[in-house]
Amino acid sequence: MTRKAELTKKAELTKPIQAAGTTTAAPALRAHSPEVSAARARRWGAFFYAEQVLRVMKGYGWTIVMYGVGQPVAYLFAMGVGLATLVEANGAGEFGGVSYLTFIAPALLISSAVMTAANEFTFPVMDGFKWRRVYYGPHASPLTPEQIAGGQIIAVTVRFLLQSAIYFAVVALFGASPGAWGWVSILIATLAGLSFGLPLMAYAATIKEDRGQFAMVMRFIVMPLFLFSGTFFPLDTLPLSVRWIGWISPIWHGTELGRVVAYGYEEEPWLTIVHVFFLLGLAAAGWVLTKRQFAKRMAS
Amino acid sequence: MSVLTGSFNAGDHSVTDAARRRRFGPIYSRNVRAVVARGLMATKSSNWMVMVSGFFEPVLYLISMGVGLGAIVGSVQGPGGQEISYAAYIAPALLAVSAMNGAVYDSTWNVFFKMNFAKLYQGMLYTSLGPLDVAMGEIFLALLRGAMYATGFTAVMGVMGLITTPWAILMIPASVLIAFGFASFGMGITSFMKTFQQMDWINFVMLPMFLFSATFYPLSVYPQSIQWFIQAMPLWHGVELLRQISVGVFTPATAVHVGYYLIMIALGVLLTTSRLRKLFLK
Amino acid sequence: MRVSELASKESRVTNHSDATPQYVITAENLTKRYGDVTAVDSISFRVPAGEAFGLLGPNGAGKSTTMKMIGGVSQRTSGSLHIMGLDPEQHGPEVRAHLGVVPQQDNLDEELKVRDNLLVYGRYFGLPMSYLKPKADELLEFAQLTDKAKSKVDALSGGMKRRLTIARSLINEPRILLLDEPTTGLDPQARHILWDRLFRLKEQGVTLILTTHYMDEAEQLCDRLIVVDKGKIMAEGSPASLIREYSTREVLELRFGSERNASIGAELEGIGERLETLPDRVLIYAHDGEAALEQVTARGLRPVTSLVRRSSLEDVFLRLTGRSLVD
Ligand SMILES: Nc1ncnc2c1ncn2[C@@H]1O[C@H](COP(=O)(O)OP(=O)(O)OP(=O)(O)O)[C@@H](O)[C@H]1O
Ligand SMILES: [Mg+2]
Repeated sequence: MTRKAELTKKAELTKPIQAAGTTTAAPALRAHSPEVSAARARRWGAFFYAEQVLRVMKGYGWTIVMYGVGQPVAYLFAMGVGLATLVEANGAGEFGGVSYLTFIAPALLISSAVMTAANEFTFPVMDGFKWRRVYYGPHASPLTPEQIAGGQIIAVTVRFLLQSAIYFAVVALFGASPGAWGWVSILIATLAGLSFGLPLMAYAATIKEDRGQFAMVMRFIVMPLFLFSGTFFPLDTLPLSVRWIGWISPIWHGTELGRVVAYGYEEEPWLTIVHVFFLLGLAAAGWVLTKRQFAKRMAS
Repeated sequence: MSVLTGSFNAGDHSVTDAARRRRFGPIYSRNVRAVVARGLMATKSSNWMVMVSGFFEPVLYLISMGVGLGAIVGSVQGPGGQEISYAAYIAPALLAVSAMNGAVYDSTWNVFFKMNFAKLYQGMLYTSLGPLDVAMGEIFLALLRGAMYATGFTAVMGVMGLITTPWAILMIPASVLIAFGFASFGMGITSFMKTFQQMDWINFVMLPMFLFSATFYPLSVYPQSIQWFIQAMPLWHGVELLRQISVGVFTPATAVHVGYYLIMIALGVLLTTSRLRKLFLK
Repeated sequence: MRVSELASKESRVTNHSDATPQYVITAENLTKRYGDVTAVDSISFRVPAGEAFGLLGPNGAGKSTTMKMIGGVSQRTSGSLHIMGLDPEQHGPEVRAHLGVVPQQDNLDEELKVRDNLLVYGRYFGLPMSYLKPKADELLEFAQLTDKAKSKVDALSGGMKRRLTIARSLINEPRILLLDEPTTGLDPQARHILWDRLFRLKEQGVTLILTTHYMDEAEQLCDRLIVVDKGKIMAEGSPASLIREYSTREVLELRFGSERNASIGAELEGIGERLETLPDRVLIYAHDGEAALEQVTARGLRPVTSLVRRSSLEDVFLRLTGRSLVD
């Protein structure tokens, strides 16, 4: 289910340029003196670029809804309703006293955000630096490389928030988020998306030649993370030989947090704190690396 | 023709003239071999890790769901009514899904991309190749790859101790049958597609089919009407067929599953050949 | 008129004797529509074996579309088309077995190396490796790509890709060569190497169908050409006869500076046979260019530069397809 998503994205990007890149700061330039627009760009540049990226995203809005919401909802039904009959018949006690549907709902939310991140922080970056070089248009305007990176991140964050909110609404409608704090999982999903996505973005910015690296990331990193992060069953059921995958997985940390807010999943408080710091730390490190790599790549 | 070939070409051009004097059909030049050879050559020079990685997806699912979820679910009822492990239950289903995914990918996205972006077929179709040569070559390559993945997956099943009968080896040709069914249809459907957004619809049909075709749990959890609907879908027949083969239990339903695919292939080939000009010649 | 008259005679010929058609290509009322756009609008022409036949016309005239229909890769909307007596839509593979095609846009196999591109392409024609290997090496030599044989196509420059596409079109020793702007992007040296090759092929009896926007190229290479505009044939004939028919012996080119070119027309009225106002210059068509220039100066007009030259195909092209202000 992932490799098609990659190709779609790639294709979206290889389509004839739809006013991407080149127009970013133009309105500001026309309306103000260079000094004024430079000052504005220093301040708001990232948002100018974010607006640009969101505009392009709108072009494939329908696809976003289907992948970002349709896909997790389909999994939710198949597993939370269908598979639940098997699972609950034999091992109802395994899920902390909640229904299987409630158990997997936060996991699918987080996974979906991470998969979105795996698309939005790879192909568009390659497109920006190599395929259509869309980053170099705004770069010629007063925008800095950091602002371009920041703008892209802001835009994707908006996408995380939107798709997570819609998905959460569906989950709530099914009564699969009993806790009053369930909505916080929207923010957790966004954070998890960033903590996986930003380091990936830094990596994507280093790639000079497309040799299918992103397909590899999808199959050898994203897929295992999705399948071995306690998504469909508690991580403890796995043997230690694969359980460690969960420990280093933003999906697992995000999912556990999501379960805490969604249905009061009981875990050690220190573990909850570890989850938060793990996600924040990864995102922050990713942001620092991305900034550095963007500046380096655009200067070269 | 004599105007052209008769007068100027003495013996030394006989090779190229012989190539021109072959028997040709209206959309076929009996040269599928050349298309296949090209595909193999391109694979050789491409990143083979990408190729190999396609085989891992079903294996990862098998390990995750079979081992992790299997520990909770325990055993389930197999096709013959016998109790089998959950991993043994989903393994053939995952193989069927993988055959479907690979075939659909190769016959839709791949074809669409090579047609509209890489412009590969434009080059091919300026030679004496016909659209049928190209279509058959691509489908053959897809099936070859499918057979390799199926062999690998079956081996993994063996290593995990999920194979209990020699019949299981038949899962490999059966996977190819399933792949052929999907590939023959996929290419015909691609001929109707104009944009990548439309191509996305293919995924949105395949994802629910993957999730709901008795892949991870028996059909009996659904109400009767939904069961009928799913039984009309091709993937369910593939899943059931491989599941029966994996334990060596055959019933009259086996013939129905195989028959379903034979008809699907026949209709798919018919559809695709009738759409070949639309697909390749604009 | 003349063309369609000949064409209808021709159709009788082909109908009676399919086995030995007199012409390699016969098009009658050939039409191609893309939605509302009529790319090719009922054109008729025929090309005898061994001729170098040119298609000239402005951008979007329908030249490439015509080429694609000849190659059988684009389906016509109406009309008839025969290549060696065969309809390329019904006998695509058989027709294309005789063709070599250089499309306007390179469509090389980016996944294969340079030499493999030639070998694999030859395989598509059903040719054996024993023939293809030496042939590919010879063509690489011709395209000056021998030292790039093992490179990826990606790594070639634009002009090198063009040369590879041209080399590829010759792999099957085609009897008919379709060249859609073959020299676009080539350096002068490469262009002359190609021209030389094309002359040789013509000597061997290969039929050439060529489109180009270089009028000198058309004048040198083509025995006969048609000028198309908006999908219709505007004129037909040899380069010399077209110049004779649609232009004068000499042309006087005047430049008055960018502001004045457009407005000077009225003041030049009556000099020469015809006046063509281009954005950057004014052309006066006259039998005697020097005499025309004297008349201009006699009227007290002082052009920035002036030049007298022989008429060329470019003048025919401008006359037939230009959006002249005067005329
Ligand atoms: N695939 C297509 N779909 C829609 N319209 C097309 C297509 N191909 C060509 N056209 C239209 O057909 C007309 C003729 O195009 P064609 O490519 O034949 O022109 P041309 O004479 O080769 O021009 P150029 O000198 O620019 O190459 C144009 O109006 C073009 O827009
Ligand atoms: Mg053209």
